[in-house]
Amino acid sequence: MEYVISVLLSGISVGGQYALIAIGYTLVYGILRLINFAHGDVFMVAGLLGIYLTAVLPIPVSLPLVIVFTVLLGFTIERAAYRPLREAPRMSVMISAIGVSYLLQNTATYVTGGQPMTYPTIPFLSDTVNVAGTQTKWVVIITPILVLILVTILSMLINGTKIGMAMRAVSKDFETSRLMGIKINLVISVTFIIGSALAAVGSNLFFTNYPAITPMAGAMPGLKAFVAAVFGGIGSIPGAVLGAFLIGICETIIKGLPSSWDVSVFSDAFTFALLIVILVFKPQGLFGEAAADKV
Amino acid sequence: MSEDLLRISDLKVSYGGIEAVRGISFNVRQGEIVTLIGANGAGKSSTLRAISGLVKPAGGKVELEGEDITAKDSSVIVSKGLMMVPEGRKIFPNLSVLENLKIGAYLRNDDLTEDLEAVYGYFPRLKERSWQAGGTLSGGEQQMLAVGRALMGRPKVLMMDEPSLGLAPIVVQDIFEIIRRIHENGTTVLLIEQNANMALHVADRAYVIENGKISLEGTGKELLSNEKVQAAYLGAKG
Ligand SMILES: Nc1ncnc2c1ncn2[C@@H]1O[C@H](COP(=O)(O)OP(=O)(O)O)[C@@H](O)[C@H]1O
Ligand SMILES: [Mg+2]
Repeated sequence: MEYVISVLLSGISVGGQYALIAIGYTLVYGILRLINFAHGDVFMVAGLLGIYLTAVLPIPVSLPLVIVFTVLLGFTIERAAYRPLREAPRMSVMISAIGVSYLLQNTATYVTGGQPMTYPTIPFLSDTVNVAGTQTKWVVIITPILVLILVTILSMLINGTKIGMAMRAVSKDFETSRLMGIKINLVISVTFIIGSALAAVGSNLFFTNYPAITPMAGAMPGLKAFVAAVFGGIGSIPGAVLGAFLIGICETIIKGLPSSWDVSVFSDAFTFALLIVILVFKPQGLFGEAAADKV
Repeated sequence: MSEDLLRISDLKVSYGGIEAVRGISFNVRQGEIVTLIGANGAGKSSTLRAISGLVKPAGGKVELEGEDITAKDSSVIVSKGLMMVPEGRKIFPNLSVLENLKIGAYLRNDDLTEDLEAVYGYFPRLKERSWQAGGTLSGGEQQMLAVGRALMGRPKVLMMDEPSLGLAPIVVQDIFEIIRRIHENGTTVLLIEQNANMALHVADRAYVIENGKISLEGTGKELLSNEKVQAAYLGAKG
């Protein structure tokens, strides 16, 4: 029983971390119809920033700075690599995103020398706590709460503020949004800023559970989060969050099955099998919209 | 000349070398309804889209109250007081009716209560449906929403691109009645129409566009009685 609880807890926690990345994918897709392949690598860079900044600054200063720098990175990527291609075919932007992804990975390799970098111990995240008789790290408890808080703030922003209304308008129709006086580029920048900030928070939580970061460390969580976003119906925030929790929990359960069954190595494959099955029955994902842009 | 609110001089629009608008000049004075009529593909929408900054003109000049606003960013043009009701209504289907109205006032930071009441006065049905998603409205209601949305920006010139397109005749009557009332209440209107009969009846002055050029101009009455106009635009429907 305690084992089951601890597996579930860590599944929820991993799911929450995926959710923070998945929101970035789904927001950007919702507005630009672009799969931002670089997003997982932005997440990795946030992890590295965490390592370098906590080495020189106290944690209350360095963690907020990680968010600030990650936001700057996301903002700059959009300005430099996506905005100039605004009128270009979507495929070109996609290729630009892949290019940025490799640029970030290669730069990380250059800076770290390709060595796995040890993620620092953040006391309030890695200290242990007793829950229902099992020992676990604080991060496992904090993650779902933090995700809930951040998602609530985000929905209030999107549904209750002027800029949120503009984001919803722009996601439907660039041209008519411009006729309202909305500055499209500003709205797109805001989208990247939000996505990057959430990825930065996610990276602090995620890497606390991992001994080290490599330049490839963003690829797998990024991919899982992307799958979560597709699974939930890409463009939908509740969909991405729900998808992320489902994937996190399923994956942790499979990893936690008795080792004599010998299935835990298949946990990643299972994630994708699950996605395929869902998409066969519900091609738009859980909360996705039916065919786009009907009048 | 100084009473020209909007002045268009020798405006040209081309798409990849193909000229859709080939040097159009016209003016709209304070308090007028001016209409541009013309067949499908004549270049009416391209003209409006160039004025509102959606496409860069290949040449010519757009002036509002004497200020050159040619090829400015749409948000600047809106902030100067030009609002457009686009062809096909283009309301935001995922926003509520109320939000669709509020977004028309996106660049304003003052109180919207009075303007909302005015719009609901023109279109009581929008008030009943203010919490409904815009996409759930009928075609006629969406057109009313699109007009209301533009009014929320308190335009100096309200530009409408074929507001009667695809609507039932009875709804078209309603729309034109509203245009008349909006105009009576002091809004200057630039109206683009294929429905020449309705447009010419409501307009102070009118221009006929053919193949990207203005072929005729005059008061609404003059054009209604013009033989060429009758033959080409009022024929069967007249
Ligand atoms: N985005 C575009 N790309 C290429 N050609 C266009 C585009 N928009 C309009 N055109 C062409 O320009 C001409 C004028 O179109 P338009 O201004 O929409 O006419 P109207 O509104 O009078 O029906 C047409 O021949 C049309 O095919
Ligand atoms: Mg047209």
